[in-house]
Amino acid sequence: MNSRKQTLEAVALVVLFGGIMILTFAGFAMRDWMPPAASRHAEGMDGMIRYLLWTTGAVFVIGHGVLIRFIWKFGRGGEAESPVTSARAERLWSIAPVVAMALISEVGVLVIGLPVWDEVYGEVPEDALIVDVAARQFEWIVRYPGPDGAFGRTDPAQINGQTNPTGLDASDASGADDIVERNVIRLPVDRPAYLRLRSHDVLHSFSVAAFRVKQDIIPGLIGSTQFVPIEVGTYEIGCAELCGLAHYRMRGTVIVMSQQEFDAWLREQSGGAA
Amino acid sequence: MSAHAPLPFWRRYIFSTDHKVIGLQYIFTAAAMAVVAVTLSVLIRFQMTWPGTQYPIMGTLLPNAYEGGVLKPESYLSLVTMHGTIMVFFVISIGLVSGMGNFIIPLQVGARDMAYPFLNMLSYWTIVPACLIMIGSFLVEGGAAAGGWTSYPPLSALPEALPGSGMGQTLWLLGMALFIVSFTMGSLNFLVTILNLRTKGMSMMRMPLTIWTFLISSILGILAFPPLTAAAIMLLLDRHGGTSFFLPSGLVVGGNVLAYEGGTPLLFQHLFWFLGHPEVYVLLLPALGIAFDVVATFGRRPVFGYRTTVWSLLIVAVLSMIVWGHHMFTSGMNPYVGEYFSVMTVMITLPFTVIGLNLIASLWRAELRLTTAMLFALGIISAVGTGGLGGLYLGTAASDIYFHDSVFVVGHFHFMIGVVTSFGIFAGLYYWFPKMFGRHMNETLGKAHFWMTTAPVFYAFIMMHYIGLAGALRRVYDPSVYEYIRPFLQMNVWITYALFIAVAAQMVFFVNLVYSAFRGQRASENPWEGATLEWTTASPAPHLNWDEPPTAYHGPYEYRTNAAATGYTPQHVPGESPSGGPPERGSGPPPDVPADPPSEPSMAGDPS
Repeated sequence: MNSRKQTLEAVALVVLFGGIMILTFAGFAMRDWMPPAASRHAEGMDGMIRYLLWTTGAVFVIGHGVLIRFIWKFGRGGEAESPVTSARAERLWSIAPVVAMALISEVGVLVIGLPVWDEVYGEVPEDALIVDVAARQFEWIVRYPGPDGAFGRTDPAQINGQTNPTGLDASDASGADDIVERNVIRLPVDRPAYLRLRSHDVLHSFSVAAFRVKQDIIPGLIGSTQFVPIEVGTYEIGCAELCGLAHYRMRGTVIVMSQQEFDAWLREQSGGAA
Repeated sequence: MSAHAPLPFWRRYIFSTDHKVIGLQYIFTAAAMAVVAVTLSVLIRFQMTWPGTQYPIMGTLLPNAYEGGVLKPESYLSLVTMHGTIMVFFVISIGLVSGMGNFIIPLQVGARDMAYPFLNMLSYWTIVPACLIMIGSFLVEGGAAAGGWTSYPPLSALPEALPGSGMGQTLWLLGMALFIVSFTMGSLNFLVTILNLRTKGMSMMRMPLTIWTFLISSILGILAFPPLTAAAIMLLLDRHGGTSFFLPSGLVVGGNVLAYEGGTPLLFQHLFWFLGHPEVYVLLLPALGIAFDVVATFGRRPVFGYRTTVWSLLIVAVLSMIVWGHHMFTSGMNPYVGEYFSVMTVMITLPFTVIGLNLIASLWRAELRLTTAMLFALGIISAVGTGGLGGLYLGTAASDIYFHDSVFVVGHFHFMIGVVTSFGIFAGLYYWFPKMFGRHMNETLGKAHFWMTTAPVFYAFIMMHYIGLAGALRRVYDPSVYEYIRPFLQMNVWITYALFIAVAAQMVFFVNLVYSAFRGQRASENPWEGATLEWTTASPAPHLNWDEPPTAYHGPYEYRTNAAATGYTPQHVPGESPSGGPPERGSGPPPDVPADPPSEPSMAGDPS
């Protein structure tokens, strides 16, 4: 291979790998990617993601920088010095990067990530509003306990898609005042919400990007997720786990409102009884 | 070269026990399956980019999937499921691992064939019906399996929950079972061959890194696949035998209460990922091994940090078996267990840091020869770094809550087990093509293939990370249903165009492959001046490779290691290793072994 052609190819490779670097960073700087954070733990999670963007971004730049440098220096033809290195030098070359990556990765998991993980999976606050969310192909059945503060029993055999989508057991009196809604969850702002998650049929996953919430729902198990909405507004619920042909249409809405509005809505649902 | 009478055609090319023929059979089978899987991906891209568009021609060609020319949602799920299944198991697994492994392992360790040639033939002929079953499943009622390549129950267990979960899913399970049988036989063969059939002097620490990666890959395969076999059998029983391994009581589908009780879908997830995660390394490591060999040959220098690489590979292997739960952070598993998996998962970064840096450092003071194989090896270095760093976002439990099941994941694994592995196949093919067919692949077409592939796939898969960062979920038939994603959907158009260029590049590759096999420039025995043993036999390599296998006297990468920093010393040339040799104990050939004469006249500076 003549060296002019080889030089051109080395230049092309430098442009390619440099372009990959620029694309990655330009892509990031191009716009605000994540939906605005609307829950209390979202701030921590975004901090976690920002931390990874900076650290892995730095490693990415250094790695590609060295790759580009070597291709440029050793890729244009010509003779190079002896490449022989001692086993000791090779071990040493590994140590610093390994220590750096160990710090980056485990600090991420344990120092920055763990508190966020704990916010999502830790103790349920006592003042949490408990809402029962049952997923079924392809809708979200939302239930509040009503004025008596107790959820009625459910029975799979009594589920009726039209009249009793959550399968309230008619023989249990505490279910009579339960408030049942489809695909809309109303929550008061700044109050912890604890969602009890159940599935009637297959796997689903309760996902609200703005809240940084995603929780799979396993039929046969009662799962949960908790978060504190901090902004009044309307947010989209998605199903994140493949659940059947209309998986993409299994959407819902979370409406976050002031405590007063929420109380008024509850009263209205219960016929003004509370 | 062989003293045997020539075998009849059907024994030589159809029911052959020659590892090289079987390797090529695997590679061509994988290529055929790749055509299917890439076609599926094109259909996926059309739907995802321009959802709901009417394609009258598709309505005519595939009336069952395209009702009135519009793709049905359930058919979209079949496309996604089968694209993933075919790519992972029937293209990358059999093309890279079974195909490349079969071809190169005996040649590089100095064996005349695999340890069990008949078993080898059997494992290939087990994969053929598996492929036919998988493709045939598109034709049955309800279409092919549609529950995702992970086939999570209950969706995959209940025909009433999804059209594809009928006959299509049963065939999927049968095809997978056959695949596993075949792959396990193949892994066993690799393992025994590498451990027992190495030629004289080929100590473990003299093995090329390609062989190390195939060794570890086959061990992982043997350990990880049996649980998936169990899971597949249990799922079949749940579907047809009335059992409830994965199905709890109280399931209500279509208004009917189903008569299952006592099982849990989580069990399947554990079994699946106990295989699924090591499987990633089964596929990934051989691509890295090939990259090391190619970089050494075309960089004219020894691999940097051979020993640290070997140790890192072993650590990766151990860690890969105990981190499967990171696929299940949001499944509702115990949060303490989740944290354990997270801590262990990001630890895999450490050996990979060593491997990746050693690949880069192997370019230091190199005399790079930018052949097509070398370009693909450089692409592997960049892709494994890019994809690997993305893995940290998913391996960290807290951030995975946001990224789980998003398009970010899709971008990530397309880098790792899409780009890295297929580049491994490409690098290997361009590199060993002379040994396969006695001819060179066309370098001009090869470079067109590289450039037309690399820029688009990097663009596409990096951008998928960003769409995932915006919160887009995967496996969504029509992404525009989500309001918060709509502002980002224009990106899908560009990604699709980029990927179409990459698809066109593969046509260039196929033309090159077929053309070069028959009309390519003739190759000499050792056209790349390689130091490993496969370059000591004729091109193409004859049946049984050598009359008398060569002896290994050195490590695999003695390029420019002498005082003058010129020339190279092939493994089979007797004498002191210029670099002092791999410092291990009690190997080296017995002194009375007759030495093969050096077969290559161009070894300037060779001290022998």
